[in-house]
Amino acid sequence: MTLRLDGVSVTYPGSTTAALDGIDLAFEPGTHTAILGPNGAGKSTLLRVLAGLLECDSGEATLDGQNARTWKRREFARRLAFVSSAEESAFPTRVTDYVALGRNPYLDGWRAPSLNDQAAVMQALEHTDLVLLADRYVGSLSAGELQRARIARALAQQPEILLLDEPTAHLDLGHELAAFELLAQLARELSLTIVSVTHNLNMASRFCGRVVLIAGGRVVADGPPESVLTPENIARAFEWPVETLAQPGLGIVALPVSRADG
Amino acid sequence: MLVAFVLMAVITGLVSGPAGLGLADLVGVLQGGGDPQTRLILLEIRAPRVVAALLIGAALGLSGGLFQALLRNPLAEPYLLGVSSGAALGAVLALVTGIAAANGAILPLAALVGSLAAIGLVFRVARVAGAMDTRVLILAGVVTSAFLSACITLLLVLGPAEALRSAYFWTLGSLSGVSWGMNLILAVYTLPATFFAFRLARDLNALSLGEEAASALGTDVERAKRAAFVIGSLLAAVTVAAAGIIGFVGLVVPHGVRLLWGGDHRRLLPMSCLAGGGILAFADAAARGPWGPVEIPIGVVTALVGVPFFLVLLRRGMTQ
Repeated sequence: MTLRLDGVSVTYPGSTTAALDGIDLAFEPGTHTAILGPNGAGKSTLLRVLAGLLECDSGEATLDGQNARTWKRREFARRLAFVSSAEESAFPTRVTDYVALGRNPYLDGWRAPSLNDQAAVMQALEHTDLVLLADRYVGSLSAGELQRARIARALAQQPEILLLDEPTAHLDLGHELAAFELLAQLARELSLTIVSVTHNLNMASRFCGRVVLIAGGRVVADGPPESVLTPENIARAFEWPVETLAQPGLGIVALPVSRADG
Repeated sequence: MLVAFVLMAVITGLVSGPAGLGLADLVGVLQGGGDPQTRLILLEIRAPRVVAALLIGAALGLSGGLFQALLRNPLAEPYLLGVSSGAALGAVLALVTGIAAANGAILPLAALVGSLAAIGLVFRVARVAGAMDTRVLILAGVVTSAFLSACITLLLVLGPAEALRSAYFWTLGSLSGVSWGMNLILAVYTLPATFFAFRLARDLNALSLGEEAASALGTDVERAKRAAFVIGSLLAAVTVAAAGIIGFVGLVVPHGVRLLWGGDHRRLLPMSCLAGGGILAFADAAARGPWGPVEIPIGVVTALVGVPFFLVLLRRGMTQ
């Protein structure tokens, strides 16, 4: 399945500047792409357009050639899963039931979950190492466990494409690494297409084959990490001078320097 | 367990009341015997009341479950969005103008028209460009309720004194005087609504994560919200028209069911129906109770028994 953005522009009501300004991107099957950029660059907006949750002012997001907004939501959700940056369950829920919500696009109003549904939930719990926490309440999980539960819920949808908005926000460095390793493993084992919005340049450069740097609703640079994450590109996107360090196998880090020094 | 509870409620409802009829009389009548007066009391007075209590309690429990899911708020209840104050305004208008005295069917009809008008108004206000904003929905509902209550107070202050008394008792709710005919109307109305409500359960589960997440999980969010609002409101409206305002059932029943059996709406909605029906049948039995000809308003019973029970559940839920 190919996911594309063609000439996508979005301006939020009441705003004078465009959140997205003529974006063209295509995401090929089986790749992990990181979307990087400063706060307010349009990263989350881009993800929501891809997920068909937001109407474009011009241009369109398409999944297999069909506009993301004209897909039947059920059919769409069987192919593409979206993990937003934050959401809150209105009522106390156990981890299994929470993950089982991912089967929503497969269930009818009356039919009880089939063996197939239960197997998908179990598999999602196994992939994310949550089997032992299955009976816990979601509210009692740590930030890292909750993030895994949210990824598990998306996996239960058995999608081909997984969109994640800041999947490692609030995670410490060990859990952040674990989350990216999990995503890399999922991409490999389930041949998922993954698009993640993240603020961690190092993780993006280390785990993602492709990095898209955006700022002000436009693409600043797009390609493999080493060609995109140059001091010039980063400084242009984040409007802050940086130096970069690259360590083979450990990715690139950007070190912001004091403006006076730059 | 719930089914047994409902059966017990039905039996209690049939043998409870000032006429002093016991289980033996009930068995006699069910076997086709019993003297004519006993038959009359059991089959034409008590049985319709019990059936009405089941139907109305089920409708209120279900309606509360729908509203709590729609508004993503465990404090939501069927009367939150103006259904009851709309109905009350309709009823008070009928009482103050005196047209209610002409025919027994006018008061419930006026209440129904009032609540439907209030629902329509709130629905119109909360819909902007084809989408329903649930935050606006709550505000519109609460404000509309406040406005309608002011209208009611104004009417009652200016109207005749006996209208004030009748209106007060009407707002307390009562199942006295329900007939088989009224039950038929209730059933025709609530059963299809229940069917459609149960079909919504899956979408309501997704909605508990928020609208965007529900949409990402394949739910047609606007359709689901609209359906939950319309079905929940109509269910509440018909109960108010039939029996006045019976507080507490719509708030406590779905909440209690959630604490006892979890929040999956595929279980929660049917169980709220059963529990609501059973509790209201019990409450009505207690309202008629052994205390002679005076009937305690059913809303008082639901609150007196419901509150302590609910607080215990709440404590239990918190320690989990």
